[in-house]
Amino acid sequence: MDVSVTVNGTTYERDVEPRKLLIHFLRDDLDLTGSHVGCDTGNCGACSVIVDGVLVKSCMLLAVQADGASIETVEGLAEGDELTPLQQAFTEHHALQCGYCTPGMLMSATALLRENPSPSEDEIRKALQGNICRCTGYWNIVEAVKAVGK
Amino acid sequence: MLLREVEYAKPGSVAEALELLAANDGARALAGGQTLVNVMKARAASPDQLVDLNGLDELRGIELAGDGTLSIGAMTTYTQIAASAEAKARPILGAVCAQIADVQVRNRGTIGGNVCSNDPTNHLPPLMVATGARMTIVGAGGEREVPAEEFFLGVYMTAVGPGELLTRITIPAGRHDGFAAVTLGIDGTCIVNAAASVNGAVRVALGCVDAVPVLVTAESPEAVADAVRAAGLNPPSDVHASSAYRAHLAGVLAERAARQAAGAS
Repeated sequence: MDVSVTVNGTTYERDVEPRKLLIHFLRDDLDLTGSHVGCDTGNCGACSVIVDGVLVKSCMLLAVQADGASIETVEGLAEGDELTPLQQAFTEHHALQCGYCTPGMLMSATALLRENPSPSEDEIRKALQGNICRCTGYWNIVEAVKAVGK
Repeated sequence: MLLREVEYAKPGSVAEALELLAANDGARALAGGQTLVNVMKARAASPDQLVDLNGLDELRGIELAGDGTLSIGAMTTYTQIAASAEAKARPILGAVCAQIADVQVRNRGTIGGNVCSNDPTNHLPPLMVATGARMTIVGAGGEREVPAEEFFLGVYMTAVGPGELLTRITIPAGRHDGFAAVTLGIDGTCIVNAAASVNGAVRVALGCVDAVPVLVTAESPEAVADAVRAAGLNPPSDVHASSAYRAHLAGVLAERAARQAAGAS
């Protein structure tokens, strides 16, 4: 099926099999490999992206369902070499160990900060519930989001 | 993960969706996809065609009638219910929707998908039974309304037949409700859950203890635990809880939900 999506401001038109998940479309068809496949079961949140302003797990959406949508992925956060305040805070607070969950964490925290620019620690933890860090580095991730929220 | 090959259709109206579902035995309605896509990955379900309901605005939204009755479109998401001013007419709805899974799942998952999948560990089937919800189903034969108590027929089975769709859920006004669950981690899958509503007598619907929600009634919250024992539950055992432990939790959570309902204002 013909699919037209705008990802990080660039419009792509592709022929896609209906069975293809959005995460595989982003990674394999568009070569946007920043979003990761962690669990493939909808639990880990490493594949989180923002579709038409709504945070979703891209392994639980078909690519054809995104036809006409505007998608934001981790590649779209920084302007060239200029990190967003959230990305900068992740580096300053050492909010990543292996880094595998980081793209999903950044997208979830980005979605949170748009809705709630000054979240409490409880609100941050609730907002990141759908993102698993298998290094268990949650403490510094929450510290980084808190630092941006102030 | 690669799904089995599947056709995809995105109808522009409920009538068109019904035609698609009726024309193909292997067609399945796709709501939020937060259950269906995953079971397709596991090949536990392999529909031939997905009929995507996400283009049907007529299935979205929450209406509040003058008498406080809520009418919720089947495709309304958990996030929309939790954020809705209208849904505060029955505060337990938003409170429970806000504790399903995580932000991403709540942003896509729908009330209709939750009840129609009727996984015994889902939050909303017991809540619908306790609150006296009524489910509107449409098909080629027209529209009918089924009380929640008669809607859930078995594991993954409901009164929505082949070629039919759940279009909306109607819930009467009320504030004296409660919900209690023991879950796998905060907001995780329920091991046992209980939804209660007090309107004179206490109605408690228990989830995870049988194929469908088990309705127990009692005169007062204090009498609920005995009523649950008298129901003679024989819950399933799995890696998370034995049958006996689930039966024990059912009594504890039923009483907890009932006390919350009685104390709610």
